[in-house]
Amino acid sequence: MEENVLILGAASDMAVAIARKFASAGYSLTLAARNVEKLEAIAADLKVRYNVAVASVKFDALDFASHEQFYHSLAERPDVVVCVFGLLGDQFEAQQHWKACEEILFTNYVGAVSILNVVANDFERQKRGTIIGISSVAGDRGRQSNYFYGSAKAGFTAYLSGLRNRLYHHGVHVVTVKPGFVKTRMIENIKTPGPITASVKKVADSVFTASKRKRDSIYVLSVWALIMLVIRFIPEAVFKRLKL
Amino acid sequence: MKKSITNWNNFPVVEAKEISFDFQKDLVPKLAHSSIPHGNGRCYGDASLYSDVVNTLRFDKVLAFDEHYGIITCQSGVLLSDLLQIIVPRGWFLPVTPGTKFITVGGAVASDVHGKNHHVDGAFSNHIVAMTVLTGTGETLVCNKDTNPDLFWATCGGMGLTGIILEVKFSLKRIQSAYIRQKQIKAANLDEVMELFGRNMDSTYSVAWIDCLKSGKHFGRSILMLGEHADTGETQAEHKLTPREKALFTVPFHFPSFVLNGFSVKVFNALYYAKNYKREINSVSHYDGFFYPLDSILSWNKIYGKRGFVQYQFVIPFDASREGLKNILARINKMGMGSFLAVLKLFGDQENLISFPMKGYTLALDFPIRDGLFGFLDELDQVVADYGGRIYLSKDARMKKEIFWKTYPRAREFQEILKKYDPENRFNSHLAQRLMLKV
Repeated sequence: MEENVLILGAASDMAVAIARKFASAGYSLTLAARNVEKLEAIAADLKVRYNVAVASVKFDALDFASHEQFYHSLAERPDVVVCVFGLLGDQFEAQQHWKACEEILFTNYVGAVSILNVVANDFERQKRGTIIGISSVAGDRGRQSNYFYGSAKAGFTAYLSGLRNRLYHHGVHVVTVKPGFVKTRMIENIKTPGPITASVKKVADSVFTASKRKRDSIYVLSVWALIMLVIRFIPEAVFKRLKL
Repeated sequence: MKKSITNWNNFPVVEAKEISFDFQKDLVPKLAHSSIPHGNGRCYGDASLYSDVVNTLRFDKVLAFDEHYGIITCQSGVLLSDLLQIIVPRGWFLPVTPGTKFITVGGAVASDVHGKNHHVDGAFSNHIVAMTVLTGTGETLVCNKDTNPDLFWATCGGMGLTGIILEVKFSLKRIQSAYIRQKQIKAANLDEVMELFGRNMDSTYSVAWIDCLKSGKHFGRSILMLGEHADTGETQAEHKLTPREKALFTVPFHFPSFVLNGFSVKVFNALYYAKNYKREINSVSHYDGFFYPLDSILSWNKIYGKRGFVQYQFVIPFDASREGLKNILARINKMGMGSFLAVLKLFGDQENLISFPMKGYTLALDFPIRDGLFGFLDELDQVVADYGGRIYLSKDARMKKEIFWKTYPRAREFQEILKKYDPENRFNSHLAQRLMLKV
């Protein structure tokens, strides 16, 4: 039987690209999103293009209490889980209003941890499976322009690293993906430099390859490894003065 | 955030704010006061350019495919190249395809594209079962030849001015293989190629490459290409329905403008003509090479340099064709403004409102933008108009409005329909402004 991929946050453009990549390799898919209606067209598209089985299910990253039940009621147990959902939010608004801040932290960190805990326990028992977390370069160092998002992603990156360490001993692989700038809805109104901006298709290809080759942590464009190396090495005394 | 956008010919370049959407629901609140849909930017002009554009490329889901009857339903942002990957392995082909597969389905409708089979199968609009359009009144309307026919006809070839085409359901063509049985016939001059077109009206595909720079007894020498979908017997069985999508190379930068001149084009044309050493060549080739020879060279538009180029495509009614073509080719010849991509095609009849094709000969030429070119083209426009012909809007960046109104006899009717479905000009483009279709 073909392997199944569960995509959490499947309605985003990055998730669609990842779903297409796995489907083109013959995987069956379970698409999960808060708004199931949005999955209709996406699921139909995957079925027509790749002749694979696609199921759509409702999943709310912020409804932590539902996560256990959500996972155990899936019609098909996944072999690969890709955690794509995330929320950039509005940094300035989040500084003023806790509600906005909370949503960023809960979506990017708490929600992801909550659902992946359930997945991890299942994969650990089965002694197989791959967990892929879409984290962010923003988590490599906090910057004034997006440190709520960045700190939640930093937490998520640390979580994935710990999870990898734990599950390695049980034959389960964990991949951390830090995409850098990607042409997505999320940053549609932000001007990003072309050479360091990846397409969603490029992200999907990298995610797939990293999962196949059991890579631990990847930047989608290798130039980002260099950029973040430089950014991490700037002394804090200098860094705090920068407008980043 | 404004950015510079342009279409395939790099002219004009405009500053525009671009939005995109994955779901119809997200689109409506984001729409600017006035904007124009924009697909993959493969038209040659300003039809899909405005101060606000709605990029449809992310609205690219294929919603249904009836493999038994060959009917596909998709969102407007999907590329024909993507559709070929899906339909060819299952024994179907596009009912009509232009010379590039890198266009969206929405673009195919808005330009009402034609192919080498126009004389047999008509234009793209002829194969649409139904489509939905988000009009300027904010409604999402279904239309086809029976339901909201005025919206349907104004949308086919309507340059995006009725609204945003959302979903298109259209019928496909059955094929046995991905290959084309091809025949190439050399014609020594224009009379000969026109006679050959006439004699081969029952060929499914026909098109000719024509040398515009030859005078004397070889005036209008051509190579006519005919094609039929090959059946299984003529191809290698294991590859019989394999699509292909591999670029040979990419043109890395804009060529300096001196590269293309009368001499280099003459040399190219001589070599191109001479490569067919026999009068008639029969072969079997993959559809990709037959329909999309230029797609294998990514960014081929850059050979025309930074200033860009215009593609000049006109049609002349059948009865006036011979005289009209001779007149125009002689003028091009005299100016030495030849292009090495001159393509001649005989159209069949077509029912239409604002679409380009009509029964007669169409000629498409590329001209790099040079000083004096636009004046020369204005002169050609006048000649085309005098013969009762017209210019293809999808390839136009410079026609004067008087020529447009004179050559599209149903333009007034089209404009009335636009007023009905878009009374507040929620959709507008530089082309619509230039031609005074919208004010």
